[in-house]
Amino acid sequence: MAASAAGRLPGRRRPRLDARALTPYWFILPAVLVMAAGLVYPVADALYLSFFDWKIATPFSKADHVGFANYVRMLGDPDVHESLWVTLRFGFWTIVIEMVLGVSLALMLEKPIRGASVFRTIFILPLMVSPVVVGLIWRYLFDARVGWINYYLGLWFGIEPQVWLGVPDLAFFAIVLTDIWQWTPFIFIIVIAGLQALPSEVLEASRIDGANWWQQTFLVKLPMIRSILVIALLMRLIDVFRALEVMYIMTGGGPGRATELLSLHIYNRAFDAQLLGYASAIAVLLIVIVFALSFAILAHGNPMNEKSDV
Amino acid sequence: MSERRLGSPLETWGRYGGLVFLAVLCLVPIWVMVGTSFKNEVLIFDGRPVWFFFFPTLDNYEYILTRGKFDRYLVNSIIVGAASTFFTLFFGGLCAYVLARSEFRGRRFVANATLLVRMVPPAVLAVPAFAMVTMFSLKNDLAVLTFFYTALNLPFAIWLLFGFYKQIPMEIEEAAIVDGATAWQVFYRVLLPLMKSGYAVAGIFAFRIAWNEFVLALLLTGRNTRTLPVGAAGFITDTGVEWGRIMAMGTLIVIPPLVFTFFAARQIIAGMTAGAVKG
Repeated sequence: MAASAAGRLPGRRRPRLDARALTPYWFILPAVLVMAAGLVYPVADALYLSFFDWKIATPFSKADHVGFANYVRMLGDPDVHESLWVTLRFGFWTIVIEMVLGVSLALMLEKPIRGASVFRTIFILPLMVSPVVVGLIWRYLFDARVGWINYYLGLWFGIEPQVWLGVPDLAFFAIVLTDIWQWTPFIFIIVIAGLQALPSEVLEASRIDGANWWQQTFLVKLPMIRSILVIALLMRLIDVFRALEVMYIMTGGGPGRATELLSLHIYNRAFDAQLLGYASAIAVLLIVIVFALSFAILAHGNPMNEKSDV
Repeated sequence: MSERRLGSPLETWGRYGGLVFLAVLCLVPIWVMVGTSFKNEVLIFDGRPVWFFFFPTLDNYEYILTRGKFDRYLVNSIIVGAASTFFTLFFGGLCAYVLARSEFRGRRFVANATLLVRMVPPAVLAVPAFAMVTMFSLKNDLAVLTFFYTALNLPFAIWLLFGFYKQIPMEIEEAAIVDGATAWQVFYRVLLPLMKSGYAVAGIFAFRIAWNEFVLALLLTGRNTRTLPVGAAGFITDTGVEWGRIMAMGTLIVIPPLVFTFFAARQIIAGMTAGAVKG
């Protein structure tokens, strides 16, 4: 492209691009095209659609261009605020609990042990189960009538059966617990990999210097895996903004909007309330949040920026 | 504290105890699903959990496999999963190879943009994708779903494969080039055989995403093009809540990912940690 444009300029000679120099571009072309058409274009399209009042039943050609009206509406929309608040609360509780649990378990179990690979295989099972199936399983466990959770709470603690997924606070608790079940192993696996990659000389040295277990953990190990912890946290936070399936299956976002995370809110606004233009405006808000978090990850360095140096 | 290295028997037992406890926590919900799928309605609606000792029935599976459209959904899921995995590995491999091996203008941009678009939430794709298929009346076309899954999978696959390519010493390729191989020959004849495990990991991740994906499948498919997760979700609204059948469907859906896990746990863990732990 650049070559042909330059070629038309009179009096300016450019060394001809030989086929070899173009090879890299041919190699990346298919992937770049698919990502551009399948990921970048939809994001741009969402931005474009957010300026229209487009309802699902009417063709787009009849949709009104409304300028920033959707954004103005979004700023004052209590439902959007509530969904954002639910997302932040959900993110706070799940990530705090998952990080604390995952990191402490990793610290307790980091030392190589016989049979570790068997345990690790079991620990990644929750991560491999499809989110829809996770939602179905936990919907059953939390079921008011036949759910196992009500049964054992009654048997062990004498607690009356609860309509878990029908009461706002309980439903919120239910989706938090489900997320913790599925994602704590992720933190655990990542942190343990980081701990085991620490150079043993450093730990040895700190031990010789008389550091006790607490000092070694909080002054040596955790600071050394800090960047892993930060990246794990950011990745989980991004996941919270992407999450949709489990809540869709368990509660559909209800009761009310108690479990309607932002992604699910966009889906419901678009295909339940059938406001495609307005939902796109909320989608733009979501993408801004997610990209901001992604830049924070990029700031930690993109390994793909280092070319083979060996 | 210096005796810690030896590890007293008590400590070892304590650690095993902790590990077993965690393993049980991970397994219980999965077992509840599998167990329930073999129970009849009476036993399920009795409300008293039965863990192991009940008379198993295959009724739920029989219903799923014969009365529903399970075979149709299964075929759709396999087609979309296999096709999108193939394109992901093919395109992603080419891209990762070049990113790992050559310097060119725009390299940095492609590397950063790839990482950025990896995070695009499926919910953001939903409306534009829906608009796209209604405009060109492409609903019910598995090719559209394949296309979007390839796009969703490419960034992570490129990232993973990049790491694997970087581990292969440059000298191997240089030797091939000295011997007169073209870029394509270097890629196809020399590198690809060394990259088998890398492609296996990336392939497992790509297939898993396509196999599990729900939102886009729900929006972009119709009666005959539904994939398994959409079919499973349909059980909740269509017929009331028939837990036995739902759990049977869930069990069938989960089989391939679980098989992958048992055969390639180490590689999957390597893939998961690749993003956070620099190797």
